[in-house]
Amino acid sequence: MEQIRKDQLTKKDTQKRLMKRLSAPHPAALILILSIGALILIMTASISIGVSDIGWRDILESFTAFDSSSTSHVIIRDLRIPRILAAALVGAFLAVSGVIMQALTLNPLASPSIMGVTSGSAFMIAVAFAFHPQSSYWQLILWSFAGAGLGTGMVFLIGSFSKRGLTPVKLALAGAAVSALLQSLSTIIAIHFNVARDISFWFAGGVAGVRMESVRLIGILAFAGLIVAFALSRSLTIMGLGEEMAKGLGIRIGWIKFISVLVVLILTGAAVSIAGTVGFIGLVIPHIAKKVMGMNYRWVIPGSAVFGAGLLVLADMAARTINPPYETPVGALTALIGVPFFLFLARKEGRG
Amino acid sequence: MDRSNQPSPYKDKAFKRSAWLFLFLICLLGVLVMVSLASGYLALTPADIWRTVTGEGTAAHELLLYQFRLPRIVLAVLVGTGMATAGAIFQGVTQNGLADPGIIGIHSGSGFFAVLYLYLLTLNQDQPPVWVNTGLPFAAFIGGISAAVLIYVLAWKEGVTPIRLVLVGIGVNAGFSAALLLVQLRMSESDFNRALIWLSGSIWNASWAAVLRLLPWILIFIPSALYKARVLSVMQLGEEMAVGLGTAIEKERIKLLTIGVALSAASVSAAGGIAFVGLIAPHLARRLVGGKFQRLIPVCAVIGAILIVLSDTLARTILAPTEIPVGLIVSVIGAPYFIYLLITIKE
Repeated sequence: MEQIRKDQLTKKDTQKRLMKRLSAPHPAALILILSIGALILIMTASISIGVSDIGWRDILESFTAFDSSSTSHVIIRDLRIPRILAAALVGAFLAVSGVIMQALTLNPLASPSIMGVTSGSAFMIAVAFAFHPQSSYWQLILWSFAGAGLGTGMVFLIGSFSKRGLTPVKLALAGAAVSALLQSLSTIIAIHFNVARDISFWFAGGVAGVRMESVRLIGILAFAGLIVAFALSRSLTIMGLGEEMAKGLGIRIGWIKFISVLVVLILTGAAVSIAGTVGFIGLVIPHIAKKVMGMNYRWVIPGSAVFGAGLLVLADMAARTINPPYETPVGALTALIGVPFFLFLARKEGRG
Repeated sequence: MDRSNQPSPYKDKAFKRSAWLFLFLICLLGVLVMVSLASGYLALTPADIWRTVTGEGTAAHELLLYQFRLPRIVLAVLVGTGMATAGAIFQGVTQNGLADPGIIGIHSGSGFFAVLYLYLLTLNQDQPPVWVNTGLPFAAFIGGISAAVLIYVLAWKEGVTPIRLVLVGIGVNAGFSAALLLVQLRMSESDFNRALIWLSGSIWNASWAAVLRLLPWILIFIPSALYKARVLSVMQLGEEMAVGLGTAIEKERIKLLTIGVALSAASVSAAGGIAFVGLIAPHLARRLVGGKFQRLIPVCAVIGAILIVLSDTLARTILAPTEIPVGLIVSVIGAPYFIYLLITIKE
């Protein structure tokens, strides 16, 4: 009887059952809702904090009754809001890219900055600045995508040439080397074409001076990317059990991998084109999200997006307030958070 | 005891071969130095150089040669020697072919302390006193030592595995780089730019004073490295064997690492962080003369010097009149080599 029942289960059913068993030990949905609430709170707080502090009433009024003669209203509308939205978007993109990369490579150290993807983007942006100084923002994003592809391609090429594939350690080393190479080339280009000032911004990372139109553009693009990422979540969860298993359950691995890489390129490219190379978010957040949300990517992916957004909004707030009126590069701050975490993972991983 | 039965080290075939190789490399370095002297935005002919050396050249040539090109090339040779030897020591002590002081954070540690030192001492002072520059290598040395200790402590988990050491080193490197950025931002814009160029590895503002600051470090620590070369060779036999042969391994490790850090920190304080020299030079040297450190260190030192002089010549000429920091050229050459090593390395 039991045997017959098992035979009748289709692949889809097995997948569903598996997902049930993998779902979070605690109510992930509740955590997600709470953290979205927290994110909104942080973002609102972030509007009021900065070089010039702005009261709650002004914030409210700037939405309900916008007055273009009021300085604080203009600051809120033209400076703070685009910037905070950009920080949230970039944080979410990088975190989700990190999750997907870690899921694809089954490698806990995989992330956009460690694998050289962000350096690739920054390199192509440097090239664009040098050879097509009149590039529109839209074109810059395309360059950035191409660069993300370049960085990823290089690391994967190295992986396919190495004898036993890329172990976590080799991946980190290959990423460091690729980053060093691309950064050196970008700096050479920057110095030669006298665009060092424009480019150093992209390497330090930051969301100051972001304009609303770029946020809108990125927002649309990335929203699509996030939805695709969400759609991929089930396949990624099952692939986390091993490729054999996933194949047996009817996942088209090659196809899923292709789409995933595409999503990573779009998300990372978009993030770099707006905020430069902000490191370590794609490394740290996925680990935290997996700890909190369990192993089901259906929850891990949105969770990472929200956590990543929160972290970068906080980091950007710190960047504005640590040394006013100067801006501290956000990339340096996220590195200060990320490095201890990386060290922790390195201690755990570097056994061999 | 009859010593004549023992094989004399000087008749050793391998020794002879590496001695010839060493001589050949020295000659190659000499030729490169000549080429480097002649090339640049203002090109000099060999005849010009000859006339200037014999004292019959024009005043302009004399200035160019003696005050700009020559100190720069001498500095390049010293820095290359120091960094390559430091790399050989690090690779020997950690028994890890990928342990380059630039990649594992020794350079950024040195750079961080050096910049911090400059920042704190030149605060509110328009004309910093002369001794500030003399102290710079010491500050860099302290930074390098702190980085090394930090890496060692963080990588320690019932012993240190080579690969964990490098991985932790990458993390420490990122940390110091971020800290460095934060210090740099507190500087004025001109200081900031100067620090940036210096940190990406540059010797274009070389002067005889800079050469004199670096020289004592090289003169003290390269011979000590040579003196300790035997210990390094013994270490390659494995820890147990080394202990069995009467090596106090932890003590020797610390001594060797101190020498290595001193060499790399002094070089960094003169030329900024030039990564990959300490990686490539020892590897090439090992290919040429094998793994015995008594032979490897001298050859490695010369290769390092060749590498930096070559890169510096390229940096000056390739996009002239733009000067590219030499460290960037070395990275462009070195990173692919590092990747190649990574692909072929056996775990």
